[in-house]
Amino acid sequence: MARSSSLLYLDGVSVSFDGFKALNELSLTIAPGEMRAIIGPNGAGKTTMMDVITGKTRPDSGEVFFNGTVDLTGEDEASIAELGIGRKFQKPTVFESHTVWDNLELALKAPRGPFATLFHVISGGEKKRVEYLLDLIRLGSKRHELAANLSHGQKQWLEIGMLLAQDPKLLLVDEPAAGMTDAETAETAELLKDIANDHSVVVVEHDMVFVRSLGVKVTVLHEGSVLAEGSLDHVSADERVVEVYLGR
Amino acid sequence: MMSSFLFRAMDARAGIFLAIMAAVIVLVPAGNLLMPEGSTFHVPNYAVTLMGKYLTYALLALAVDLVWGYCGILSLGHAAFFALGGYAMGMYLMRQIGTRGVYGDPILPDFMVFLNWGELPWYWYGFDMFWFAALMVLLVPGVLAFVFGWFAFRSRVTGVYLSIITQALTYALLLAFFRNDMGFGGNNGLTDFKDILGFDIQADTTRAGLFAASGLALVVCFLICRAITRSKLGKVLVAVRDAESRTRFLGYRVEHYKLFVWTLSAMMAGIAGALYVPQVGIINPGEFAPANSIEVVIWVAVGGRGTLVGAVLGAVLVNFAKTWFTAALPDIWLFALGGLFVVVTLFLPKGIVGTLSQGWTALRQRKVSEDFEAGSDQPPSQAPQSPASPANVSPKKSASTVPADADPQPAE
Repeated sequence: MARSSSLLYLDGVSVSFDGFKALNELSLTIAPGEMRAIIGPNGAGKTTMMDVITGKTRPDSGEVFFNGTVDLTGEDEASIAELGIGRKFQKPTVFESHTVWDNLELALKAPRGPFATLFHVISGGEKKRVEYLLDLIRLGSKRHELAANLSHGQKQWLEIGMLLAQDPKLLLVDEPAAGMTDAETAETAELLKDIANDHSVVVVEHDMVFVRSLGVKVTVLHEGSVLAEGSLDHVSADERVVEVYLGR
Repeated sequence: MMSSFLFRAMDARAGIFLAIMAAVIVLVPAGNLLMPEGSTFHVPNYAVTLMGKYLTYALLALAVDLVWGYCGILSLGHAAFFALGGYAMGMYLMRQIGTRGVYGDPILPDFMVFLNWGELPWYWYGFDMFWFAALMVLLVPGVLAFVFGWFAFRSRVTGVYLSIITQALTYALLLAFFRNDMGFGGNNGLTDFKDILGFDIQADTTRAGLFAASGLALVVCFLICRAITRSKLGKVLVAVRDAESRTRFLGYRVEHYKLFVWTLSAMMAGIAGALYVPQVGIINPGEFAPANSIEVVIWVAVGGRGTLVGAVLGAVLVNFAKTWFTAALPDIWLFALGGLFVVVTLFLPKGIVGTLSQGWTALRQRKVSEDFEAGSDQPPSQAPQSPASPANVSPKKSASTVPADADPQPAE
């Protein structure tokens, strides 16, 4: 796909840590509105790829473009978040000593400077948006509960809610189903599919059942580059994939 | 906008604190000046100065609580900003001595005459004017903190590394101010003050005035801290404390937030130092000693970090104990202080105020839940938790006190 029509465009991205090539000439394109699942064995470079996209790690070489025109390699985490890329961490990371409500309020799209927040008064529109999100992530009854008191699965959901509150164009979701019960996993897949209706989503996941239930195009990473791409059935029929990933 | 900002600073806890402070600010000077000596209500002169000193320490503790309790920046160098504010005030007080010094030089302070300095160094210019000195009390600690914070926070120095370089900062200043060539009186510092704003610094009325000024400064800074910590900015600070990278990926520029509170906190510490110096009558490099900064952290830990009121309470209590111990059992004091810190860390990790308010919240929740179980229609609403309650929240606590809706999973 051409760079200009893509939402996210990685071309020949390499990152090495002390000689270890975490990403090796990785090229990947996400179209606007697309949902993509990324799988790969441990050390395949999935998290490093997210770090590069969100500005945490600078690539040694290669191009990273958002929306076809914005070069992400020169931006830091805060400005990339402002551009419209939201990220959910592998381990659920929420503000434990804030209430569920405050967690969402902090994530809402609003001016991010210290003086803007110092004099900020929550508006009716923002309250409605928080209510809507509470409903979506099924935490309405927990709104005044401290995030520390939520279960693991609820924290994952709260973090997804915070991501949506930012109103990003692209969501990067790292192992959303990790540590969830089967019922929660199924529910999470439904939630992500809902979200994918009006956002572009990149999901990194180990759980094959989960990936299958998403029913989207899959990219297999191995040793820092793309090994195979296509439907889950297509890639799992690929012998190289079977060898490195499925281990059969 | 501004009114809602100030309105946010007020609630029951702040109200109690302000009422106590108002009573202290009025009654202590009144008891000193109006009550005849020998009356039970008479406050002796030494007590006014002593309590005035406690209030400046309380303000310093408040400044540390703002950065440590809310933003997670453990500063082990806040005494540096305190001392710099003190030096700025000391320079003004030195210039007020005029010809009354031992050498009677109208311009040069005694120590410069003693060192055979021919003229006043350029950085002493302007300190004969109170407004200039007052400005410097804010600007010198503020600018130093800004520059220090700019480099430290941009380079993402956090945690124990930041604490260590704040220690290095105050130690470097200690060594620098010890040098006679610095022009701040070297080892002896600045002392032998006569007047402040034209009033005799030894007079009872001046001392009472300084006491009241310290109290007022504490109240004003408390309200500013309170308004900040209860605003959305305050919530972002707590977010930075709990999950810095999450805050960053939400689009907040963490270093700007840290720089803002850090600089503000340093300026408050500077004000505290400026009020401290005229009351104790001396400022010397000993105030930069690293141990001083560590003691401030202990005050805040004892009172309860992230509570503001706790910082004030901790500073007053620990210093009161210090005054008593160093008079009655001088050899024991450092052991007592160390023991206190260990006990608080082990048994009261949230400090006095944090533990009290946690206990109170739990009690209220239990009562509400009991009412609910007894058949009331009202579901137990959570007692409003302070967004600033310390990070180590125990998940068990509310699980055991909120038996109603105990187990709703996100999957239905």
